[in-house]
Amino acid sequence: MIKIVFFAALREQLNCAELSIPANEVSSIADIKTKLADKNEHWQQVFSNGALLCALNHDMVQADAEVKSGDEVAFFPPVTGG
Amino acid sequence: MNNNVKISIQTQDYNLAHEVALLEQNNDIDGAVVTFTGRVRNKNEGLHVSGLFLEHYAGMTEKSLEKIIFQAQERWQIGRVSVIHRIGQLAIGEQIVFVGVTSMHRQDAFAAAEFIMDFLKVQAPFWKKELTEKGEKWLDAKQTDNQQAQQWNN
Repeated sequence: MIKIVFFAALREQLNCAELSIPANEVSSIADIKTKLADKNEHWQQVFSNGALLCALNHDMVQADAEVKSGDEVAFFPPVTGG
Repeated sequence: MNNNVKISIQTQDYNLAHEVALLEQNNDIDGAVVTFTGRVRNKNEGLHVSGLFLEHYAGMTEKSLEKIIFQAQERWQIGRVSVIHRIGQLAIGEQIVFVGVTSMHRQDAFAAAEFIMDFLKVQAPFWKKELTEKGEKWLDAKQTDNQQAQQWNN
């Protein structure tokens, strides 16, 4: 399984903090995004936001990064700390 | 990470004098200590702010700060580095973030402290939710923060 986590405004928009996806159904971050957007119209709309950032195992990555079982993938809005 | 680096993500406040003392303790080679403190402002984008809520991505936050500090160590001759960032509910005037850097001479400490703050702003996974007169609002990232960090690559 691949663990997917969401943060901040994105988590609130989706009303979901985390979920899991079977690793054999996806091979990249882009696949995961497509799969999440396919859930329903609301998720489709939320994931159409091009500003969303993505991390794989705590490192920022782009959509072409490959994923495997046991990975943790995070989606979140641009950061606003400091 | 080595003994010269402190990273702390915490809900409780910090004591500036204590943090400076830690940077200076048993450290006779560094003549310069530069510190930055970020605080909660009472106004943002024209709206009165009554407080902030800060969320972060535990695990990734520490990793991203380690990377930023490592890059600063590669770039400048610096001694000790301390980064503290608070999370949770914060009131007006409270301290949010601390960056402290020591070096033999001031230029390296000034530059490294600014570099660390600039990249913390755009890479460390923290998010602020403002409590304003018009309700709660997640802050939008500022393009100027990206430009500020980008300057270091020029």
